Amino acid sequence: MLKFLAMGGYARYLWPCYALTAAVVGLNIRWALRSLRAAQAQARRRIASVRAVS
Amino acid sequence: MAWVWFHRFGSPPHFYRLATRLTPRFAWPAALLCLSGLIGGLVLAPPDYQQGDGFRIIYVHAPAAWLSLMVYVVMAASAAVGLIWRMTVAYAVSASCAVIGASFTALALATGMLWGRPMWGTYWEWDPRLTSELLLLFLYLGYLGLRNAIDDIGRADRASAVLAIVGVVNVPIIHYSVIWWNSLHQAPSVMKFGRPTMPAAMLVPLLLMLAGFTAYFVALLLIRARGELLRRERNARWVAEALGATATGQG
Repeated sequence: MLKFLAMGGYARYLWPCYALTAAVVGLNIRWALRSLRAAQAQARRRIASVRAVS
Repeated sequence: MAWVWFHRFGSPPHFYRLATRLTPRFAWPAALLCLSGLIGGLVLAPPDYQQGDGFRIIYVHAPAAWLSLMVYVVMAASAAVGLIWRMTVAYAVSASCAVIGASFTALALATGMLWGRPMWGTYWEWDPRLTSELLLLFLYLGYLGLRNAIDDIGRADRASAVLAIVGVVNVPIIHYSVIWWNSLHQAPSVMKFGRPTMPAAMLVPLLLMLAGFTAYFVALLLIRARGELLRRERNARWVAEALGATATGQG
């Protein structure tokens, strides 16, 4: 296990690459869902306000 | 008959429903492909005879770089479709690409720097491949900045579409930079004519990661495009129905 983590001496370059990738992959999921939910909430508010007027 | 497909795909309510349904069909395969690619790349693949275990950075660097280019092509192509046919769905797709593309371009640069330090002895060099990839990041940021500067979404779509289309010339420059000029960066091992120059034990995990990242991008794009479609179609009748707000007036 320790040998695996050491990555033949490249651990200090390799694991940051994988950590950054995990962060970008995770953040993109969060940003995409947040963007969709914001648009849905905005559309719902608009529908409600149009209904309130008519 | 091909036009029927084109028209249905271009119909916002149809696209919205289709995107909702298709998202898990890309998200789950993406997770499985990446997981198997990671096991194959980090555990099963043998160390490289020159780079030892350091070469394993390829399993995140190459997919990030692949997405940085592929996402740009999708962004520019859908921008062109939007401009030519005034298709709302195409603009929604185009606008959805920029943040994803910019973040993966930054990731490709960062992982490339971390790979370059032990192998080339430097984090950064003003090399054709590195410089053109940095230009790609600026193109994405310019696209995002231009959109943010324009309040009207229709005008933002048209103006940023022109920028996206002009910038697409950079994509072949990035890809062929390692062949046209002397570059520190290696030449392509997979994305080229002929057989890949890699043994199967190293190549298969890389192909799994490339496929996994691609499926992941499609899932992200489908999620984002739905939101972008709602922003452009806020006065359309189908929106209330799609949000399930018909009966109660709220959801």
